[in-house]
Amino acid sequence: MSAPSVAVIVFPGSNCDRDIAVTLEAALGHAPQMVWHGDSSLPKVDLIAVPGGFSYGDYLRSGAMAANSPIMREVVAQAGRGVPVLGICNGFQVLTECGLLPGVLMRNASLKFICRDVDLRVERSDTVFTSGYGAGDVIRVPVAHHDGNYFTDPDTLKSLEDNGRVAFRYCAPDGAITDAANPNGSLANIAGILNETGNVLGMMPHPERLADPLLGGTDGAPMFTALAEAIAA
Amino acid sequence: MSDRAARPEDLMGLSDDEYDTILEILGRTPNFTELGIFSVMWSEHCSYKSSKFWLKTLPTEGPQVIQGPGENAGVIDIGDGLAAIFKIESHNHPSFIEPYQGAATGVGGIMRDVFTMGARPIANMNALRFGSPDHPKTRHLVDGVIAGIGGYGNCMGVPTVGGEVNFDPAYNGNILVNAMTVGIASTDKIFYSAAAGVGLPVVYVGAKTGRDGIHGATMASAEFDDDSDEKRPTVQVGDPFTEKLLLEACLELMATDAIIAIQDMGAAGLTSSSVEMASKGEVGITLTLDHVPQRETDMTPYEMMLSESQERMLMVLKPGREEMARAIFDKWELDLAVIGETNDSQRLLLMWQDEVVADIPVPPLVDAAPEYERPWTATPPRAVLGPDDVTAPDDLAEALLQLVASPDLCSRRWVWEQYDHMVMGDTVGRPGGDAALVRIHGTNKALAISTDCTPRYVVANPVEGGMQAVAESWRNVTAVGATPLAVTNNLNFGNPERPEIMGQLVGAVKGMGAACEALDAPVVSGNVSLYNETNGEAILPTPVIGCVGIIDDLTKAPGGAFIDEGDAVFVVGETAGWLGCSIYQRDQAGGTAGAPPPVDLDTERGNGEFVRTAIHAGQINACHDVSDGGIAVALAEMAIAGDLGADISHENDLPAHAWAFGEDQARYIVTCADATALTAAAKDAGVHMERIGTVGGVALTLPEAKPISVAGLRDAHSRWLPTYMASRES
Repeated sequence: MSAPSVAVIVFPGSNCDRDIAVTLEAALGHAPQMVWHGDSSLPKVDLIAVPGGFSYGDYLRSGAMAANSPIMREVVAQAGRGVPVLGICNGFQVLTECGLLPGVLMRNASLKFICRDVDLRVERSDTVFTSGYGAGDVIRVPVAHHDGNYFTDPDTLKSLEDNGRVAFRYCAPDGAITDAANPNGSLANIAGILNETGNVLGMMPHPERLADPLLGGTDGAPMFTALAEAIAA
Repeated sequence: MSDRAARPEDLMGLSDDEYDTILEILGRTPNFTELGIFSVMWSEHCSYKSSKFWLKTLPTEGPQVIQGPGENAGVIDIGDGLAAIFKIESHNHPSFIEPYQGAATGVGGIMRDVFTMGARPIANMNALRFGSPDHPKTRHLVDGVIAGIGGYGNCMGVPTVGGEVNFDPAYNGNILVNAMTVGIASTDKIFYSAAAGVGLPVVYVGAKTGRDGIHGATMASAEFDDDSDEKRPTVQVGDPFTEKLLLEACLELMATDAIIAIQDMGAAGLTSSSVEMASKGEVGITLTLDHVPQRETDMTPYEMMLSESQERMLMVLKPGREEMARAIFDKWELDLAVIGETNDSQRLLLMWQDEVVADIPVPPLVDAAPEYERPWTATPPRAVLGPDDVTAPDDLAEALLQLVASPDLCSRRWVWEQYDHMVMGDTVGRPGGDAALVRIHGTNKALAISTDCTPRYVVANPVEGGMQAVAESWRNVTAVGATPLAVTNNLNFGNPERPEIMGQLVGAVKGMGAACEALDAPVVSGNVSLYNETNGEAILPTPVIGCVGIIDDLTKAPGGAFIDEGDAVFVVGETAGWLGCSIYQRDQAGGTAGAPPPVDLDTERGNGEFVRTAIHAGQINACHDVSDGGIAVALAEMAIAGDLGADISHENDLPAHAWAFGEDQARYIVTCADATALTAAAKDAGVHMERIGTVGGVALTLPEAKPISVAGLRDAHSRWLPTYMASRES
């Protein structure tokens, strides 16, 4: 069979597109395709990554304008057909704005941009994104955002919890879910969530930034090696 | 002599003599637009009229230098067909008036200077000086400046990897915001501003022109008074999203062969960019201002020429490439307009509504720019203080705890966590170390970058202080194992028309020049910011140095943290217990006095080369330069960073506090596993190195002091800044 094909969506103002492409290339053994937001169709792909950055300068609301780009109709359609979609940081914001994921990312409780390593508890290991980890593992990856404060209504939160759709939570180094470990005020310390079918993941932290030992850690790497294996299978 | 009464109501900051020169050049009275153009071109900010005479004395050449001062930024060869392009620039006055936008547009401006030359920016740095923490404006200014720097750099996706933040009452009425950008380009793809050739299209790209920032360069060249808030309209408003698009569009166009010359529109906007291009290319430029993309209606030629709207570039293209360029800028949803043409007139001719609205010969506009050899008086030398002349603390451990918790020495984590310091995936050395370390993408090499200045030394002795700024930045780059290649400088001073201020500038430049010469670190770019005074109170003289170096194998770069129990701790360099002008003296013993520590450039170089060689040989586990707060503070920082203590002793005749807190130059703390080998290497190199202790345990124990737990040090170190910023009362 042919090598798996991965698309990275590039909006005006995306700025982690190269970072995720580098990490994906290391895991896949070949470079992903960079797809411009103005395109309205995607080639056959096995994984779509929506990268971090400031699409449209975060004007209006972070992710709001990008969610209406021509390419996003195609991303939504492919997600509906079961293609894995990974949205990181601004990508997560875009996925909530286009309705693939519920809830919203509000301004950080501190009202400040925050860039630092955080501890995350892996809540599930039985998804295409998290099979490289064990449930309950604590991994260390960075956040870098101004609007990462996850919020949703109580019914949706209950549904997320009941259906195991929280993929990652901010935690203390020992895995405890505490207020002190919550960098941005997110509801229930939510750092990343899945859609109902488990093929769409949105997360604020940047696993692609700690997948190279020279940069201070490799806890992000298993996500990409597991994804590469899953889509190659 | 003209009829003075016939002039516009003021001379827009020009002197009477300068105005008379304009009359000679034009042979007539300038109209309002022309006077505006002369005013900004001859402002201190654009013309360097007070400093040029002295700047010419700085060393600017070396085999590594591709482009020295005079272009948008300096360019050095870093091997493998790559160049590092960098510059530091001030945005002091705007940041004091409107901290968020002032700082943000400072960052935007310096990034444009770098990508104008064909480089992708890979790192931002800064050097910030605020007033006393007790001053009612300080908290607001810190908050706004940090948010503005982060707001712009984060959105651009260029990591802000380090810098310095200091507080002193001398900046109460005039803060300093100096921003530095480093970029990487291919050596065969560097773009310059000379518009060589006639009949070529002059093309405007980027954001539309509005009425913001009009006469910003003139504002930046004047002193402040109590009404400075009224100058807020002269501050520009930044749009980092547009600049991100401009960066990508320019780099895409630069990959083609379309561009002959390119110049960003920074200070003095369309005026300085068009005049620079014409002057360097020895051509004339005719602009039809009706074609300038405008954000507001009914803008006058004067407003268009003097607007400092951000995120704009002026280019000269090869004929026939306009449509290809337009397709690229359309893709990025940016304006592109052909607004003029080059010709052989050597005049700047401005047309508007079918009329000539300005007609100025370019060579005299540039070459007849005033240049002053202003009178200066040397700063009187201060007495040298001995180690016993500065009072000892009651409790040395307590003094150290207070110092690491002080505004100038405490952790800057609160600051750099607001900067995306990791985007682009190459930040190897994160903020908080001696120098930032940024990998050259796709290679195993890294650039090391540091910004430094110790203004309390400079005010005490400008020559030594100027030397020290270069030496410390060179030392910081060395401490991560890199070889310093070149520097950029940002000379922040008061009013040069006062001889004692001019004397500070002259002294600092002399000191810098000597150090750059001795350390093979030529000055390749820079910026001068004068008139940093409010109501006649000058800032401390602050000549900031930004140093860039390279390490060929970044895996060899040591950190500044203790890493292994049992490692031997050494001080490289001699310790004489120099407390004059030290932080200890200032904060713990009643204020700065005496002469600052002398800089011996031969020793600096020798010690640095020894440390670098030992790092490359894999002999060193941790390395940290010794600067503010001396050995004790350096050790405390290494202990905090590594979460490991050390047992320190020393045998000499110095008082314990002078040994611990003295700020003698050219020193490093290094740790290693094989003390015998490193000692032998130092002996062979003729370098003074003393064993002072061993890494281990949970406490830092200094001579004649009770042990201090590392946890206690960390708590003290991390507490002040977030607590201060969270509190409301001033």
